[in-house]
Amino acid sequence: MKLDMAIEELHRSENHLVTVLTSMSDKHKADHEVFYVTRDMAKWSREHVADLARIGRDFGLDLDPEASEDPGLLSAMKQRASVLTGRRSAPGLLLLADLRHLYREAAGTSVDWELLAQGAQGAKEQELLDIAERCHPESLRITRWANAHLKVTSPQVLAS
Amino acid sequence: MGRIDRIAEPWGSRTPYGPGETWPTRVDSYLADGLTEDDVDRWVQSATILHSNGDALDIAVKDERIVGVRGREVDRVNHGRLGPKDLFGWQANHSPDRLTKPLIRRKGKLVETDWDTAMDAVAGRAKELLEEQGPSAISFYTTGQLFLEEYYTLGLIAHGGIGTNHVDGNTRLCTATAAAALKETFACDGQPGSYTDIDHADVIALYGHNMAETQTVLWTRVLDRLAGPNPPKVICVDPRETPVARAATVHLAPRPGTNVMLMNALIHEIIENGWIDREYVEAHTVGFAELEKQMKGYTPELAAEVCDVPAEQIREAARILGQAERLLSTVLQGFYQAHQASAAAVSVNNINVIRGMLGKPGCGILQMNGQPTAENTREAGADGDLPAFRNWENDEHIADLARVWNIDPMQIPHYSPPTHIMQQLRYMEEGSIRFLYVTATNPAVSLPELRRIREILAQDRLFLVVQDIFLSETAQLADVVLPAATWGEKTGTFTNVDRTVHISDKAVEPPGEAKADLDILIDFAHRMGLEDKDGAPLVKWSDAEGAFEGWKECSRGRPCDYTGMSYDKLRGGSGIQWPCNDEHPDGTERIYEDGRFWAHPDYCESYGRDMITGAPVEETEYKAMNPTGRAVLKAAEYIGPHELPSQQYPFQLMTGRTLYHFHTRTKTGRAPQLNAAAPEVWVEMAAGDAADRGFTEGDLLRITTPRGRVEARLRVSGIRPGALFLPFHYGYWDTEDGSQPKKKRDGRAANELTLTDWDPVSKQPIFKTAAAAVERISKAKGQVSAAPTTTGSAPVTGSVPPTTGGDAALAEELVTTGDRR
Repeated sequence: MKLDMAIEELHRSENHLVTVLTSMSDKHKADHEVFYVTRDMAKWSREHVADLARIGRDFGLDLDPEASEDPGLLSAMKQRASVLTGRRSAPGLLLLADLRHLYREAAGTSVDWELLAQGAQGAKEQELLDIAERCHPESLRITRWANAHLKVTSPQVLAS
Repeated sequence: MGRIDRIAEPWGSRTPYGPGETWPTRVDSYLADGLTEDDVDRWVQSATILHSNGDALDIAVKDERIVGVRGREVDRVNHGRLGPKDLFGWQANHSPDRLTKPLIRRKGKLVETDWDTAMDAVAGRAKELLEEQGPSAISFYTTGQLFLEEYYTLGLIAHGGIGTNHVDGNTRLCTATAAAALKETFACDGQPGSYTDIDHADVIALYGHNMAETQTVLWTRVLDRLAGPNPPKVICVDPRETPVARAATVHLAPRPGTNVMLMNALIHEIIENGWIDREYVEAHTVGFAELEKQMKGYTPELAAEVCDVPAEQIREAARILGQAERLLSTVLQGFYQAHQASAAAVSVNNINVIRGMLGKPGCGILQMNGQPTAENTREAGADGDLPAFRNWENDEHIADLARVWNIDPMQIPHYSPPTHIMQQLRYMEEGSIRFLYVTATNPAVSLPELRRIREILAQDRLFLVVQDIFLSETAQLADVVLPAATWGEKTGTFTNVDRTVHISDKAVEPPGEAKADLDILIDFAHRMGLEDKDGAPLVKWSDAEGAFEGWKECSRGRPCDYTGMSYDKLRGGSGIQWPCNDEHPDGTERIYEDGRFWAHPDYCESYGRDMITGAPVEETEYKAMNPTGRAVLKAAEYIGPHELPSQQYPFQLMTGRTLYHFHTRTKTGRAPQLNAAAPEVWVEMAAGDAADRGFTEGDLLRITTPRGRVEARLRVSGIRPGALFLPFHYGYWDTEDGSQPKKKRDGRAANELTLTDWDPVSKQPIFKTAAAAVERISKAKGQVSAAPTTTGSAPVTGSVPPTTGGDAALAEELVTTGDRR
């Protein structure tokens, strides 16, 4: 039985996703939709971290239910920097890079959920399967958003 | 025949009627200077231009001047009635400060010039940028007040000629969510309701829709039903005690930012109690199982806590909605300009769909517009959508459009959704959009976070063209100002909320050298040298009727089919509802009869979006989910608003309208009766909140948010506790400050305070949840605020003299008992 490993790994990657989303949000404060939507999506990952910590106990794991985040000061500095550079066009390229990064991270996490769901079915762990079925679509939605936002943003950044 | 003060009585006299009966006619008219109908030289057909209702009227002309208006008795929309803004607003056409010559910026100042110089400057800069950077440098921002022909021509120039994706209208602020919500549920724009549904409905539910003020004549129709036998029950969702709330059977006043929670609880109750048309859901929808699952947790008790509305009230409202036999639902800015706008508006659709209340008399949805011609911005492709509800993700739709326009499909940008205005501003801010052409709107007052907007528009690196009838706050920032003709001075058509198309004929000449917007746009196209693939001019018409004929071809076979209409057919009688074609030569009153939608993957306008992130749904996903084109039931989870009250900013600020004004008052502020009815900005607060702070009616307050400060006198009104309301109409053109508040001085425009945030689905900015603080600058000393007493701003304390218009506001009313139509 290696489900505990899968849970632990997913806990790590969802945790990481929270950091990627909130850090991206702070860095692009001047891009209002990016700023708010990434924050809203980070709430999903935070809930996933808590869900995984809770179910992890059944598998002998002691995982932190709270996602680790940027300290407030660092977050505020990133936001300030974003506002200060908001009049330049270089952040456009940075945004593309960050979206691409988010896409890959979210896609990886989403695949991990799929693995966990498969494992839960194999082991007939109903509660674990329920969590996977609830969380997997949300990580897919993050992937889709990153992809969609890349499509919207790239023509302007690359063709101007 | 009677004469009544239509400022004091905005809805006029009652003509009660019962369910299924025809609404009696009542012809309203107003002629200036004591003239009578005998003095009028001629009457010219038109419709109203200061709201979205589309009330038909005739313009009275004497000595080549407009002297008044009279409602058209034969028209299906208003049966002769007019609202206060229609009766008095036309006087603004004659203002001495109309723009009469083009202006160009020289040495930092706008100076008069001739058309050739102005247009060469505009086209010259656009060509230069096209050469240097390409179409991504150029953007267009239009309005909800031009005519169909102008929007279609603008869309053709922008999409087909210049090839830019940066096209939007200020309809983004008023009707973007209406369109988005319809695209989510029905995969296509198009209003699934008719105004005659009011004649039949037994329940009318108004969600964030203060119809009494935004569509006065439509509300008159409701009032006449309420005064007649077997009146409908009315449900009102609004944090303010509006005239609608006062007439309601149940009034729910949720906390700002919690609409989705409330809607989810209503749907939860309806499903829980089995008030569902199972057969209809089975035959005509997809997504019900998921909706049922997602709504499980949203109990009235949970919603009661989040929304601060009693659970029993939510249950009662759900019972009325659930047991309605003919349910009409209407939605407006209280939902559209609020947090999770599209999700909340889609939930309204969900209720009608799961109850099978569509496509039958009395059973409809009116996702409303704010502006008179907003519907045409959507249809004709001037809000960025492609013309005639074509789908930018469907290559065959693009190919078909390219055929109509005789251009290469590659020329039409369709690699991503159109760039909405808030994103355009972002591109201007970071410097990649360098040319903005604004037609008939005033972003320097109407967009959120004005200090930011002004900074963006005033940049040297941005070439700003403003085409308008007055030197608005925005025009004052422009590089070139083009003087336009307005309603009554040009011919064209426009379409109201319930798909009724009216013609508006030219009654008089525009002042000075002002020109019709259509003529200016065509001139621009020619100076740009825009051509089709055979080298012929891209814009193939030279007048409004030619543009209309061009549009008809573009609309052929699409949901908004105009091919059965003509200018001749639109003249003389009533307006006509689209689709109007060979099959339906007299138009179509109700769409979506028997569950027949425009949602088939090959035909639909949109595959939808994620309700939280706004990411577009891909074609393959949509095809898998909805292969046969049914209505789509979409659930959305509630998420809290992004800016919450804090100790420093304890209130939630909402901005909105008042009955007597339109948009940024450029017209209504110049009509004496309307201006006098609401001459100055005010702020509303609940009685308990005011008492806690020792504030009373008329105190001068300063309202502060992290973005700015506004000064306004207090009206203690029936608004819910914890919320503030500011009307957004007031800017600076009629103050000594000109285009913006002088440094260090408090502002007057509500948008000094609003935040830059929008619904990710519809991209509509949020105007209903800004955290705000208030302090008192000075006590009233007997003065009262300038807020009208006849409307949502009615006082609940103290003695405030009622709003009246006096002799100047006396208008005729002719009630005809029989149906003379």
